[in-house]
Amino acid sequence: MRHLMSPLDFTTEELDKLFDLANDIEWNPVKYAHACDGRILATCFYEPSTRTRLSFESAMTRLGGRVIGFSDAASSSASKGESVSDTIRVISCYADICAMRHPKEGAPMVAAEKSLIPVINAGDGGHQHPTQTLTDLLTIRSMKGSLGGFTIGLCGDLKFGRTVHSLINALVRYSDIRFVFISPEELRVPDYITEMLKAKGIPYEEVIRLENVMPQLDLLYMTRVQKERFFNEEDYVRLKDFYILNMDKMALAKPEMLVLHPLPRVNEISVEVDSDPRAAYFRQAKYGVYVRMALILTLLEIEA
Amino acid sequence: MLNVGKIEEGFVLDHIKAGKSLEIYEHLQLDKLDCTVAIIKNARSDKMDKKDILKVECDIDMLDLDVLAFIDHNITVNVIKNGEIVEKKELTLPRQIKNVIRCHNPRCITSIEQELPHIFCLADAKSEVYRCRYCEEKYMSSAKWT
Repeated sequence: MRHLMSPLDFTTEELDKLFDLANDIEWNPVKYAHACDGRILATCFYEPSTRTRLSFESAMTRLGGRVIGFSDAASSSASKGESVSDTIRVISCYADICAMRHPKEGAPMVAAEKSLIPVINAGDGGHQHPTQTLTDLLTIRSMKGSLGGFTIGLCGDLKFGRTVHSLINALVRYSDIRFVFISPEELRVPDYITEMLKAKGIPYEEVIRLENVMPQLDLLYMTRVQKERFFNEEDYVRLKDFYILNMDKMALAKPEMLVLHPLPRVNEISVEVDSDPRAAYFRQAKYGVYVRMALILTLLEIEA
Repeated sequence: MLNVGKIEEGFVLDHIKAGKSLEIYEHLQLDKLDCTVAIIKNARSDKMDKKDILKVECDIDMLDLDVLAFIDHNITVNVIKNGEIVEKKELTLPRQIKNVIRCHNPRCITSIEQELPHIFCLADAKSEVYRCRYCEEKYMSSAKWT
């Protein structure tokens, strides 16, 4: 029995297989409509996350399975003091697979150690959010044709952005990728990441102005500056609108460049960009469902 | 020079960094063993200039070598039988340590679930970096001497 705790739990070969399955689901949805008949997914969300939870629920429903669960700690037995280990032992009796989100880092790992069913980490604090990374990789592979041979710009909060760190760690396993980190000085990518890139001989560049690098990018991954990461309101207000992607900046980009964003966005991408064919972030949300469908089938070892 | 007599059966921990023998004593929980312990501080050393030495008169199996290796894998462990050194044990960094150090990341699940063990796994042997099994918080093995 396998769990998914980190995007690196799967080898690149296993990921290729997973993404092939996700693409097959995309093109032949009817074939998979009853693949999970009689199966139950438990969504154990100890903190609210509408998007990820609904994506999992949509994935299981589209596979013909059913969903049970809770959407915040207050409505779970955690409010009575039950441990994660005890909760998962009970959930193992009710469901066939579990997606867990928890504000504390490592909670899904604790669950996986005691679980009798596969556990998917649906986000644990600022630590890991592997299904977001799988979504990003599937989107890039599906829309660019491969996971290599491109220059990717990552823009915004590169210091605290969990999705950015996971994506970089996942992409370094592929060849011929160049990174451009675009951030204000205060939100630079952590040193351990640049040190890792140097050690692996992977080219990267750090810049402050987005306009300067737009023409060289094949992919632009925008992120939101998250208020909850700041201790100081003043710093947040100063940095939150540091980058706003608008049509003026898009005019500098390659005609085939793609714009990705883990969503939700606030001001960092102008609404006017939505109608540009290079805006891929809503399609990215759709790929999130396909990859979760493929993941559920893989972990349950179901062949449609 | 101070002379401390030979031990008949037990072990001698040699080449401990000067001044650190009491920390080793505590980590190995030698206070809980009912045996003779000699702590020699600031002994002269050709190799280290000054060093500490611990002589413990008890069975070697009572010593947690993993904990000792985590604390300082440069320590020499001499096993003594009938008053003679019968073995010199090489210490290597353990792959995993349990409940030796605590994870201090306030966002880690171990911060709210008290019954969970504090497990650290060796992430980089060259840099002696350990990471919490749950949250991957970094712990530099060398930090214990600072």
